[in-house]
Amino acid sequence: MKYIKFLSLISLFFVGIISSVFAADLKVGFIYVNPVGENTGWDYQHDLGRKAVEEAYGDKVETSYVEAVPEGADAERVMTQMALSGHDMIFATSFGFMDPVMNVASKFPNVKFEHATGYKRSDNVATYSARFYEGRSIIGHIAGRMTNTDTIGYIASYPIPEVIRGINSAYLAAKAVNPNIKFKVVWVFTWFDPAKEADAASTLIDQGADMIMQHTDSTAAMTIAEERGVFAFGQASDMKKFGPRAQLTSIIDDWAPYYVERVGKALNGTWKSEDTWDGLAPGMAAISEFSKEIPEKIRKEAQNLHDAIASGTIHSFTGPINKQDGSAWLSTGETADDGTLLGMNFYVEGIEGDIPQ
Amino acid sequence: MDFASIDPTTIIYNLMIAATPILYAALGELLVEKAGVLNLGVEGMMIIGAICGFAISVETGSSYIGFIAAACGGAMLSVIFAVMTQYFLANQVASGLALTLFGLGLAALLGHSYTGQVPPQISKLDLPILSTIPVFGKMFFHHDFFVYFSLMLVLFVWYFLTKTRLGLVVQAVGENHDSAHAIGYSVTTIRFFSILFGGALAGLGGGYLSLIRVPQWTEGMTAGAGWIALAIVVFSSWRPWRLILGAYIFGGITILQLNLQAIGVNIDIALLSMTPYAITIVALVLMSVNKSKKSLGAPGSLGKSFIKVS
Amino acid sequence: MIKLTPRDHQSKLLTAITPIIAVIFTMICGGVLFWILGKNPFEAIKLIFWDPLMSETFSDYARPQILIKASPLILIALGLSIGFRANIWNIGAEGQFIMGALISACIGLAFYPLENRFIFPLMILGGMVGGAFWAIIPAILKSRFNTNEILVSLMLVYIAEQALASASIGILRNPEGSGFPGSRNLNHYPSTSNPELIEGSGIHWGVIFSFLAIWFFYYLLKNHKFGFQIKLFGDAPRAASFAGLKTEYIILLCFSISGALAGVAGMFELTGPAGAITIDFNVGYGFTAIIVAFLGRLNPVGIFFAGLLMALTYVGGEISQFMLGIPAAAIQVFQGMLLFFLLSIDLIVKFRLSFTKQNFISRKD
Repeated sequence: MKYIKFLSLISLFFVGIISSVFAADLKVGFIYVNPVGENTGWDYQHDLGRKAVEEAYGDKVETSYVEAVPEGADAERVMTQMALSGHDMIFATSFGFMDPVMNVASKFPNVKFEHATGYKRSDNVATYSARFYEGRSIIGHIAGRMTNTDTIGYIASYPIPEVIRGINSAYLAAKAVNPNIKFKVVWVFTWFDPAKEADAASTLIDQGADMIMQHTDSTAAMTIAEERGVFAFGQASDMKKFGPRAQLTSIIDDWAPYYVERVGKALNGTWKSEDTWDGLAPGMAAISEFSKEIPEKIRKEAQNLHDAIASGTIHSFTGPINKQDGSAWLSTGETADDGTLLGMNFYVEGIEGDIPQ
Repeated sequence: MDFASIDPTTIIYNLMIAATPILYAALGELLVEKAGVLNLGVEGMMIIGAICGFAISVETGSSYIGFIAAACGGAMLSVIFAVMTQYFLANQVASGLALTLFGLGLAALLGHSYTGQVPPQISKLDLPILSTIPVFGKMFFHHDFFVYFSLMLVLFVWYFLTKTRLGLVVQAVGENHDSAHAIGYSVTTIRFFSILFGGALAGLGGGYLSLIRVPQWTEGMTAGAGWIALAIVVFSSWRPWRLILGAYIFGGITILQLNLQAIGVNIDIALLSMTPYAITIVALVLMSVNKSKKSLGAPGSLGKSFIKVS
Repeated sequence: MIKLTPRDHQSKLLTAITPIIAVIFTMICGGVLFWILGKNPFEAIKLIFWDPLMSETFSDYARPQILIKASPLILIALGLSIGFRANIWNIGAEGQFIMGALISACIGLAFYPLENRFIFPLMILGGMVGGAFWAIIPAILKSRFNTNEILVSLMLVYIAEQALASASIGILRNPEGSGFPGSRNLNHYPSTSNPELIEGSGIHWGVIFSFLAIWFFYYLLKNHKFGFQIKLFGDAPRAASFAGLKTEYIILLCFSISGALAGVAGMFELTGPAGAITIDFNVGYGFTAIIVAFLGRLNPVGIFFAGLLMALTYVGGEISQFMLGIPAAAIQVFQGMLLFFLLSIDLIVKFRLSFTKQNFISRKD
């Protein structure tokens, strides 16, 4: 037995050397801000995208990743080392990687960079993000139709445009079908703290919410919703495992098609720096299967809304909409421009409470 | 703003659950510190407890066995710390920090295949008669066994430290290890087992987190709870009873601020989250000012290695 | 039974050899770990320890990067080691690091967009004052009321973290940052930037500063009166007070030195590699530096090597992640093991071990 183990060690050693000789056409690196995890979450979804790339191109592409990379100096070092080790393309999957990406990209003009959710670009830095707010419209609609207490609980992470946009979008959709709707928003100031998210969910339920929405990464709130017998909407991944009855649907981050497409373009030489902000239409923001708990009729409405948003006939932010302070934002029929949406820092009229500053 | 919609009953009910994991961990650390050892590895031991408890209860289908496993896991990790600091005389602060690093990594590796699993449910233990008392029944007597168990352990640790001979020896060792040694007590052995006890309790706290409070396993799920436990020990001025108060205040502030937010009160969350720590510092100062009650202060030999030369 | 006798003189040879033994132990245990995870252990160890230093691909870039990663660790650890020698326990360097960065960011951004070459030195001063201010709180409480400084300094870390979060979404938030949390990037404005001093290396003022600090502390401890006072205070506080040393003075001085160094490390990190204040700007340098101080046996030269070793495991760990697919958690475990061995093996340096038969008279326990 010992000898076999020894031999296998020796052979591993050689495999290591040999494998570095055969190089793929394109080496693609990914950096994640958190550990990838196993089932759910922002980073997990990006890693699914990475696996899709591997599957799509087989031997032609080699991928690798570094997880739990702190934003800032460490990210810059990791990306530089990736570039040095022959990576041709690097996906940086967190907003905080923005300045490091720009710095590294300027030093490696031949390496293609893709930065998620940022707003700085250059010849070899493309940006991409998803219109998750379109998904929020759909869950807002379902919640507005299904709530018995007219109270929706919303677990928010940090007061950034992305999160505020989601709250507004869900609120408007819910308000459209239920004029009495009330949103209770709780800011937990973390993307990931299962215990705190669980507390937030409990609190909201105690305060009368019978629908829980979240813009945080852990599955704790879903578990609590299941336990307490209310409904909830998943975030980033399908969280059905954690709330088989509670989950009505999830907004899913599906990066796979985008990653496959961009790597494909890099392979055939047509890659260009672009800014992509895709929504339900190509399925970058997707809606998971509707639960059987949603009545047939509402399920159909939600599907129709989904299709209408995807086809562009309905925009999540269509006037008349006033800001929270009563000032006019969009006139009747007017739709929000992307610039305002990207920097959104106000609630729409009807939402109570203040955005923490 | 509708303050009426905040129900004190549910707040207290929730904060008891929120406080239980940190209460367990803090109680263990209290005894460790009473023995004169500062173990900053609470976070690491908690998360190891969380994964061990979770994995075993998923495998066996019993939460109770899971809790035993959580305690064992925490204790096993603390053995590393105990050996390093008691036998190899490594610095306690540095060793504790290393233990946290190691524990967080190890838990993530161990837990790789357990994300997304559902642990067996544990039923609430409605205490007969008591749980039917209006208001108080729901607040205090409608919890699961392990909430009561944490309180019983507080009683036990208090009794042990103040009423038993061995407990007094532990305190003597923590207060002045040289004189304790001179009288003939084995400082090393006493500290070794205190550390193990602390590890076991930190493990239980982690187990409560993954089995009851959040019911799931996620990498890094303790998210700083171990550090709060360390603060509570100080807050309590090393008195088991005050530990309950401390844990409930620390847990309560989170629950309260979430409730206030939910009814739309505009609060400065950062400021509110700072307050318990600031209160702890004030409490520390008040204790140290009051020299007449020396027993209130930190154990005399806290954090110092005991070097027995012969 | 094993008997411990303190060594009168620590052998230079042992001091040099023991860390190597610890590293070898770690390589063996770590190798087993990587093997269990299905990775090639030789390849993994090589990627962590060898490639950043020697490989053709990485070394040119990684060597200075190790210095850059190590410099805040070394700066903080040097300051802490002074206190630790005197038995004064500041474990709140993480908080002082944050406060140094926050104060210097406030100064830098207050002048924005003014261009003036005095702003940067003023920020350095601000970083020192910020860190020292945060460190002096436990020092005053300790000297005035004899409050346990370990615990107060630890509590102040949590408060500093909240202040950081509050500042990055509040007063310091970049007005042109589309509402995202975090300040302006100080590196983008010449007056507040901590520039690259040697083209392509990334070496910044913080690295230079940490080298100067090593030299300074080496001299201080070896040749200056203060060095002896510290040592005396740590070994025999009573004798020190007979010798006329004021306890308050030593406590305040140790805390201000360590706080100022942690603060200035925060300032250099902010203006250099990090660039901006963000919610999780602090990545644990303050805590890791405590370990570095002990790994370096509280000796300036030792701290230099310990800092480099820690930095090497970070840099090498990342390389092994993307080259070999080793999970980040395994790297953490590996670092934990390295620290366990390094901290434990110190025993041999400090004490002479002799094996005796169990003897109930000499060993009462």
